[in-house]
Amino acid sequence: MGVLITGTNTGSCERDSPGHVRYNSVSELKWRPLLLRIRVKPDNTGVVTDGVKHSMNPFCEIAVEEAVKLKEKKLVKEVVAVSCGPQQSQETIRTALAMGADRGIHVEVSGKDYETLGPLQVSKIMAALAKKEDAQLIILGKQAIDDDCNQTGQMTAALLDWPQGTFASEVTLDGDKIKVVREIDGGLETIKINTPAVLTADLRLNTPRYATLPNIMKAKKKKIANVKAADLGVNLTSRLEVLKVEDPPQRQAGMKVETVEDLVGKLKEAGKV
Amino acid sequence: LIKLTDQQKEFQQLARRFAREEMIPVAAAYDRSGEYPVPIIKKAWELGLINSHIPQQYGGMGLSIFDACLITEELAYACTGMQTAIEANSLGQMPVILAGNEEQKKKYLGRMTEEPLMCAYCVTEPGAGSDVAGLKTRAEKVGDEYVVNGQKMWITNGGKANWYFLLARTNPDPKCSTSKAFTGFIVEADTPGIQIGRKEMNMGQKCSDTRGITFEDVRIPKENVLIGEGAGFKIAMGAFDNTRPPVAAGATGLAQRALDEATNYALERKTFGKVIAEHQAVSFLLAEMAMKVELARMGYQRSAWEVDQGRKNTYYASIAKAFAGDIANQVAADAVQIFGGNGFNSEYPVEKLMRDAKIYQIYEGTAQIQRLIIAREHLGRFKK
Repeated sequence: MGVLITGTNTGSCERDSPGHVRYNSVSELKWRPLLLRIRVKPDNTGVVTDGVKHSMNPFCEIAVEEAVKLKEKKLVKEVVAVSCGPQQSQETIRTALAMGADRGIHVEVSGKDYETLGPLQVSKIMAALAKKEDAQLIILGKQAIDDDCNQTGQMTAALLDWPQGTFASEVTLDGDKIKVVREIDGGLETIKINTPAVLTADLRLNTPRYATLPNIMKAKKKKIANVKAADLGVNLTSRLEVLKVEDPPQRQAGMKVETVEDLVGKLKEAGKV
Repeated sequence: LIKLTDQQKEFQQLARRFAREEMIPVAAAYDRSGEYPVPIIKKAWELGLINSHIPQQYGGMGLSIFDACLITEELAYACTGMQTAIEANSLGQMPVILAGNEEQKKKYLGRMTEEPLMCAYCVTEPGAGSDVAGLKTRAEKVGDEYVVNGQKMWITNGGKANWYFLLARTNPDPKCSTSKAFTGFIVEADTPGIQIGRKEMNMGQKCSDTRGITFEDVRIPKENVLIGEGAGFKIAMGAFDNTRPPVAAGATGLAQRALDEATNYALERKTFGKVIAEHQAVSFLLAEMAMKVELARMGYQRSAWEVDQGRKNTYYASIAKAFAGDIANQVAADAVQIFGGNGFNSEYPVEKLMRDAKIYQIYEGTAQIQRLIIAREHLGRFKK
């Protein structure tokens, strides 16, 4: 799920005081399974999702929270929540609205198209929407916890030729630039990027708020627009074909050895060293 | 009937998430310490999960009883001790919502939505629980005030309430009918003369605050009388038609938790070469537990729906509360059984459920009183 923060229809950044720019931003929301027990489909083409309770991807929640916070600080004008998927994706959009997003866009993708929907198609949709809505900031979750692709944000930025601040654990708007502290393998990296830009949210960026009961009721009045991928000029055909999905191998029983020499001996026997 | 609207689903999701993420992790600790769960209550208040019955013009959510029940079941799933503390607010407020005048509602309901305050329903006495007509607490009119003397007992939120709904006898004549002898009052908890007793140590729902309260020459202004002198009994009883469905929902939440915990365990624990869920003795137990939980849920939903439709729901409310209270106890005990030796132990969650369940057959009208009511309602319909 990303937060599209969008603004006026004329689309340019507004300056209301020196160094203070108002942004429009967009977030893309991913609706994914609330997993309890994962089962591989009998035909090995994927995992069973029927009847599995789905909810908003945790990193997407963090993205929405960040967008809402920026709006509360009056640094962005409008937050638009976007989700691509079947009818039920609307629930996630409504959760975002209840958290404080202003309106939603549901890009309806169902059936076979949904099964093969991947980061490339989603990023094409996001890029198209960003242009259509004249967004200046796109915030997404760093990755979805069902497929762990970690690609949509990066691809979206590439398609739009926008800078990207991925794995963000801290975001500061600074005039028409954004300072992003990124979580990387070696520690933390701080970068400054121009806007418009794409950000992806990492775990420690913030703690998402609960939607309060009054806000859930207020969210009913907020609009969710319905759009088709074709209307945005996006071809959903996947270039990837899933050949096989398998369970990981069953864990074999271990073996206890008495000494380090025994251990090395057994490892050599098994051809591991 | 049972299809939830999108908004109801969202309310339920919020309550479920709050219950699982905030309440469950701390429930065992609060049970051991008996400490009042202030942080939980404060957070629930901030999210709008409490005071749902208060009409919107006084700052509340104005939710239907059905919607309130959905939330209650989710919170009770996590911990009925915390949930009872929250529910006692609804019980205390209900007489004001049903019978208060504009000033009273604005003053006493309004303040509940401005900050996280608690209130209490102050009716039961050491000598009179089921027999409300046997109340001895006296309220005597002196000038523009009523002077109250007496003792109340088992008051939930007794030590935490900002104000009480109090039922006292204003007509001393023993021949006066119950429908005229009692008066309902709103009493500020800091009124001089109110002595709050010690926190009672109970079998279950331990973090809930239950106390005895003594009234010694407590003066209540006449503006705090609900409706008028003598109208109290009907107000006190009328509240129950609205609060019994949520109490039934609470018992259902507890039963659902017991069922889920037992099912989880039964699918992991192995005996005689297979998981115990595959032994019919256990799977049949689980089946019966499931039957009871589903029916209890339908019971409270029906009784809530009836009153939301504007109909008198006494019959359904009593059935819902009686049934849910009874099955909560059965299901919790069966859950302990399925856990075996582990179930008896405090490291596992089900013994707390069994201890917490018992009160559902006692408060808000005992199991026996419910049967009296149901029989009376049933025979009354039959005779028509």
